[in-house]
Amino acid sequence: MSKQPAAVLGVGQTNHTAKRLDVSMAGLCREAIDRAMIDAGVGWDDIDAVVIGKAPDLFEGVMMPELYLADALGARGKPLLRVHTAGSVGGSTANVAASLVQAGLHKRVLAVAWEKQSESNAMWALSIAVPFSMPVGAGAGGYFAPHVRSYIRRSGAPLHIGAMVAAKDRRNGATNPYAHLHQPDITVESVQASKMLWDPIRYDETCPSSDGACAMVIGDESAAAATGKQVAWIHATAMRSEPTTFAGRDQVNPKAGRDAAAALWKQAGITDPLREIDAAEIYVPFSWFEPMWLENLGFAEEGAGWKLTEAGETEQDGRLPVNASGGVLSSNPIGASGMLRFAEAARQVMGTADDHQVDGVRTALGHAYGGGSQFYAMWVLGQDKTPDDRKRAAR
Amino acid sequence: MGDVAVVGFAQAPNVRRTHGTTNGVEMLVPIFQELYAATGLTNRDISFWCSGSSDYLAGRAFSFISAIDAIGAFPPITESHVEMDAAWALYEAWVKIKLGEADTALVYGFGKSSAGDLRRVLAMQLDPYVAAPLWPDSVALAGLQARLGIESGRWSEREMAEVAARSRSDAMNNPHAQLSGHVDVDELLAAPYLADPLRMHDCAPITDGASAVILASAERARELCENPAWITGIEHRVDSPAIGTRDLLASASTTASARAAGGVDGVTAAELHAPFSHQQILLREAIGLNGQTTVNPSGGVLAGNPMFSAGLSRIGEAASRVMRGQDQKVLGHATSGPLLQQNLICVMEGRDS
Repeated sequence: MSKQPAAVLGVGQTNHTAKRLDVSMAGLCREAIDRAMIDAGVGWDDIDAVVIGKAPDLFEGVMMPELYLADALGARGKPLLRVHTAGSVGGSTANVAASLVQAGLHKRVLAVAWEKQSESNAMWALSIAVPFSMPVGAGAGGYFAPHVRSYIRRSGAPLHIGAMVAAKDRRNGATNPYAHLHQPDITVESVQASKMLWDPIRYDETCPSSDGACAMVIGDESAAAATGKQVAWIHATAMRSEPTTFAGRDQVNPKAGRDAAAALWKQAGITDPLREIDAAEIYVPFSWFEPMWLENLGFAEEGAGWKLTEAGETEQDGRLPVNASGGVLSSNPIGASGMLRFAEAARQVMGTADDHQVDGVRTALGHAYGGGSQFYAMWVLGQDKTPDDRKRAAR
Repeated sequence: MGDVAVVGFAQAPNVRRTHGTTNGVEMLVPIFQELYAATGLTNRDISFWCSGSSDYLAGRAFSFISAIDAIGAFPPITESHVEMDAAWALYEAWVKIKLGEADTALVYGFGKSSAGDLRRVLAMQLDPYVAAPLWPDSVALAGLQARLGIESGRWSEREMAEVAARSRSDAMNNPHAQLSGHVDVDELLAAPYLADPLRMHDCAPITDGASAVILASAERARELCENPAWITGIEHRVDSPAIGTRDLLASASTTASARAAGGVDGVTAAELHAPFSHQQILLREAIGLNGQTTVNPSGGVLAGNPMFSAGLSRIGEAASRVMRGQDQKVLGHATSGPLLQQNLICVMEGRDS
């Protein structure tokens, strides 16, 4: 069974900030959608189906808001699917939208992911106890801090690595006009001087709570040709899940992430990701997750991810620029954060990443994770239509 | 792209209240076992998982995460979730198999409506700035639609009661039903109104439940099931949420879905997801079913309405008739949102081997 080629034709995002009091939820989504459709050069009649993603409904206090949003999404009379896979949802939404085109069901699909965290209280929504499960009640940072400590112990990473990631991503974010936080003057030292929140995670090493949305138009070969410009071809997609907790689960380097990455590289025909990926947008809500995910994704051997970070290889001019956009550490509208990673990877491939464009990107990774590091969604995009075309071009 | 068939269906008892936790994932374990026993598959053999559920029904975020525990998802699985009735999870799984990325899929839905005040919870599906703060509940809204139909001569209170009576008596053949038995239409009409012109029997009962369906590719279907129910058309559409701007006596999204799914010629049994008696009449017309089609032989959701799996159950009930050899062509329908806002049609056929 051969899949139809599919590509990202256009992307759009909102300006992210703590409280978007100037727009409703519908207005927030439309800001991203309108930009994506202009970027793709399409109108409403060109859209065959809509796929929407966001994290829990308790974040805004509306049950299944896609029902109320149907008109604003331009979905009336069309198929509308709502994906929800925790923090990975933005990525999963893009993958599901891609599959509708790859299966030959639709010519163009609009994918939208959003979160308006200011409508409710996300930390409250995240802290309601689940029966028979370990209560944490300390928000996401309280849950992940022990895993970070465990990573530091296992890998022997020096303690300044987390601060290096935070300083890099925030500096990158300062070049991105859409980013929530702009801190061009941030330094490793200033991060290390910030307040300790969940030892060893400091204030400046955590993501903000943002309102924001992201949208993209995904289309087939004829739709891609109709744009008359470089699109971002989807070379591979992968999703994997595992339970939150059980004895023996490796929470530092979860198997679901490793399995998803292995399936992704195989599908994309990539044998050496560090050499073959030109830019990576990796879901790093707490700075230490950069070295952790570099290992989980197979860019580095287990225990060696921090060495890439320390050597500056994940900087804009390194071997693997990571989060040139500023990443989740600069903007975190949770439901949209994964799609932002996927969309920023598309911008790098399309050459439209403005001031944070990495030079010479032919192939890029978008990555998202969610839950207690248990849900994964990722994709590989390229300038060439297929992985085989890429290999031929590389020869 | 390859063909896809339903090869298994199981459901939990449709009950007024389970003793399980607030999201009710406990109801999944026995029905997974039932499907494994029927197909010979184990959880390791399933290549894609997809579920439907609602955080608001469970009253907390990420209620679907607990379901991953019910699967026994290690080594890790390829999995996705829709915050919708699981009929839409079945759609996502159907795409996955059509793509050739999976050859079997286990689709499940679960919900515990008894955990909260369902009518009030469903009011939160409305426009949060304009409509929801007024708390118009789901039964009251359906009452407006029923009243509109009565006043325009489309149906009568008696015809609505007849739908309810037929649902109860048909459900006597369904061991999972919540409500069943012979009831007298005149007795039903003597009952007081719940939300004029709706009486208790016109409204689906509040139900806890879960259901699961196994889908398989053409290559796998026959080895898993003697008479697979082949999906020949599956489509879904959404209508405007602005209740005042759409024709409440039609269901444009249902009509468009049925047409896009290849039409209903030759369908001999249909399972319609109609939470209110008058909506069954409305849906029959919207789909274009004639008198030759048996409607809701399981009793439908007036006999038990497990939120977020009821639509999937309609597809499963319809498919079961093909798998049992009772019908050659069937239709399953699912709905979501206030007053039939979002609708899915799945047409399935048996094939001579």
